Amino acid sequence: MLDVLNAFIVELRHAGIPVSLTEHVDAAHATAAIDLGDRATFKAALRATLVKSEDHRPAFDTAFEVYFAGREALEADDLAEEGEEADEDSPDGEGSTGLRGAGKSMGKGGGSTMSAEELAQLLERALTTNDAELRARVAKEAVGRYAGMEPGRPVGGTYYLYRTLRNLELDRVAEDLLAKQRAANGDMGTLEERLATDEIGARIDGMKQAIEAEIRRRLVEDRGAEALARSVRKPLPEDIDVMHATRDEIATLERALQPLSRKLAVRLTRKRRHGRKGPLDFRQTVRRSLSTGGVPIDPRYKHPRPAKPEMVVIADISGSVASFARFTLHLVYAISSQFSKVRSFVFVDGIDEVTRFFDEADDPTDAIARINTEADVVWVDGHSDYGHAFEQFHARYGEEINSRTSVLILGDARNNYHASESWVIADLQAKARHVYWLNPEPSSYWGSGDSIVGEYARFCDRVVEVRTLRQLEQFVGELA
Amino acid sequence: MSTNQTESAARFASPQDVHERLAAVDYLSDDAIASTVFLADRLQKPVLVEGPAGTGKTQLAKSVAELTGARLIRLQCYEGLDESKALYEWNYRKQLLRIQASRVGGGEGPGWNEIEEDIFDEDFLLARPLLEAIRATDPVVLLIDEVDRVELETEALMLEVLSEYQVSIPELGTVTASQVPMVFLTSNNTRELSEALKRRCLFLHVGYPTVERERLIVETRVPGISSELADQVARIVRSLRSMDLRKAPSVSETLDWAQTLVVLGKDSVNEDEAADTLHILLKYQSDIERARAELTGKKR
Repeated sequence: MLDVLNAFIVELRHAGIPVSLTEHVDAAHATAAIDLGDRATFKAALRATLVKSEDHRPAFDTAFEVYFAGREALEADDLAEEGEEADEDSPDGEGSTGLRGAGKSMGKGGGSTMSAEELAQLLERALTTNDAELRARVAKEAVGRYAGMEPGRPVGGTYYLYRTLRNLELDRVAEDLLAKQRAANGDMGTLEERLATDEIGARIDGMKQAIEAEIRRRLVEDRGAEALARSVRKPLPEDIDVMHATRDEIATLERALQPLSRKLAVRLTRKRRHGRKGPLDFRQTVRRSLSTGGVPIDPRYKHPRPAKPEMVVIADISGSVASFARFTLHLVYAISSQFSKVRSFVFVDGIDEVTRFFDEADDPTDAIARINTEADVVWVDGHSDYGHAFEQFHARYGEEINSRTSVLILGDARNNYHASESWVIADLQAKARHVYWLNPEPSSYWGSGDSIVGEYARFCDRVVEVRTLRQLEQFVGELA
Repeated sequence: MSTNQTESAARFASPQDVHERLAAVDYLSDDAIASTVFLADRLQKPVLVEGPAGTGKTQLAKSVAELTGARLIRLQCYEGLDESKALYEWNYRKQLLRIQASRVGGGEGPGWNEIEEDIFDEDFLLARPLLEAIRATDPVVLLIDEVDRVELETEALMLEVLSEYQVSIPELGTVTASQVPMVFLTSNNTRELSEALKRRCLFLHVGYPTVERERLIVETRVPGISSELADQVARIVRSLRSMDLRKAPSVSETLDWAQTLVVLGKDSVNEDEAADTLHILLKYQSDIERARAELTGKKR
């Protein structure tokens, strides 16, 4: 047991979850205190002792499924047998006749005797009854039938999952179920309809998870936990590379962004309040001194009110860096109370001010959605042209940059070999308090190909590589 | 681990036992909650409970106190909380009186050493929640509420209590717990807690419950609700949580809503009734409008 636990913890550390020695010891104590046969308790025990942040939970879950998948399958089989016995004993056999039949045929044939129609029927029944055991059985069947798994291939299973799901046509099944409910209940109100849709959606998700677990179990059998863990390892939300994030990862990032920006805002407010002492508060000091007979033993200070900077954000929103710009704008607006004013501009090869979208919307997400559809940023062909965009910015808004302004430029500076017009940045630096450039590319790529970040960097106070939320949070935190 | 600590442990027989006894005091736990509480007792570790507001974090501590028949000692955290509010304070007024009284008594009072020994005595100590929990001889549950509100530096105050169950007082020595209390810390996650604190605790995330559990919670907590209505309430709330809202409805808001519907004498809700009472569940106008549009199919 301790060996398995040890391997598991090594994997957690590989996945980026910090597990200290104390926590390791705790986990070992915990496993001694509980009944190891109870999988849910076992998992909860490991989670309580090893994972100290909700953000790390998905990574933990994945690793857990990989390392302890074999046990689950074993128990599922036991359960299935028990279930069958129970079925035969139960006097109320009416509703479950079909189920029993299907279960038996599978039990004898080792899982491959079922026809496609039978499987479809079983799937539908599993979704209607929402029964965990039946669900596991369907997953087993479906994966055996459709995934076409080849032993020894070093993959994480996404492809198998895709194949299984495509063949099961879960979307169509969901539609059918909904149609049936509609037919059964007569006219459903919009509320009922919505609730039914959500219910079926939740069940379908459960089914998908069961299938994923089944695939994972087979992969572990094939290649061993350690090898598989390496291929399914996912970065923690704060370490996802924003520029190359998949759609799922973007969704993860968006969820992570909200609490992140809230935490940042709280931290900055506190910093502002507690940072330094202000000048002596004469009045309060004298008042206090009365209780010590006029001796000012306890000097009081005014709360400091450091001037808040103005912020101008200029973001490239062309395809390659769009998601990066979105996250940065989101974060900047989430802490906009830390700045006296925030103005934002977006460009591709033309530039447009988008401050008004943020002013009108009460949620940055809405505003960012509107930017993508409404901002007028294309001048000629919709390929990034930093030079032209900067020139336009200078002509239209250059006058408004003053010594209180911090300028934040977001982009990879891949200029499609247009002129750089870096004099604009030089002029901005002369006028503004700071000019920062955030580049979502790894710094080793800077200056390669059509990247001209070096030309602009000469005139920036700092050029920062910001590829992940962690780096972004750190930078924004230092800024305010 | 000393022997008396081991003896005082074992409040629960198994996670299942925790689950059942919590249910008996109307708190419906899930696997994670039951196992973590069970382990907290066995490993004698504090539990750090984290999760969105209104999901029953504080209630968990209260319920555990209730079912073990323990006294609940609560430390509400806030910015600026310090040693004298959290741990202990010398009652200096009483100390002054003591010094003066000894002088009034007669020409030759006791020597300084005697007085010093005298005034730094437990009689002159004001126990604040943490020390109180350590000194208690009856069973107690210590709840440190919203621990994320104190500054990072203040967290350090709690570390000794959380890991060793003792408080060191320079003038008096170390006060060790005669029995290990159960300790719950709650956090709304408005900032990262320090590694040192997290390492000493078991971590429990209490999120929104599954639809089945929520229905049970509604049925247990709202007397007189029809099972049809409870089911509908739980499902509507799940749909609301899946929408993109600024603030998703919490469990306590769900309960308020269910309560309202019961008071209004409903056995089930239709979409208009649901839409009209949405303001109990949602606290932002934009959320209410969005939810109304989605639930009733009418655009604003």
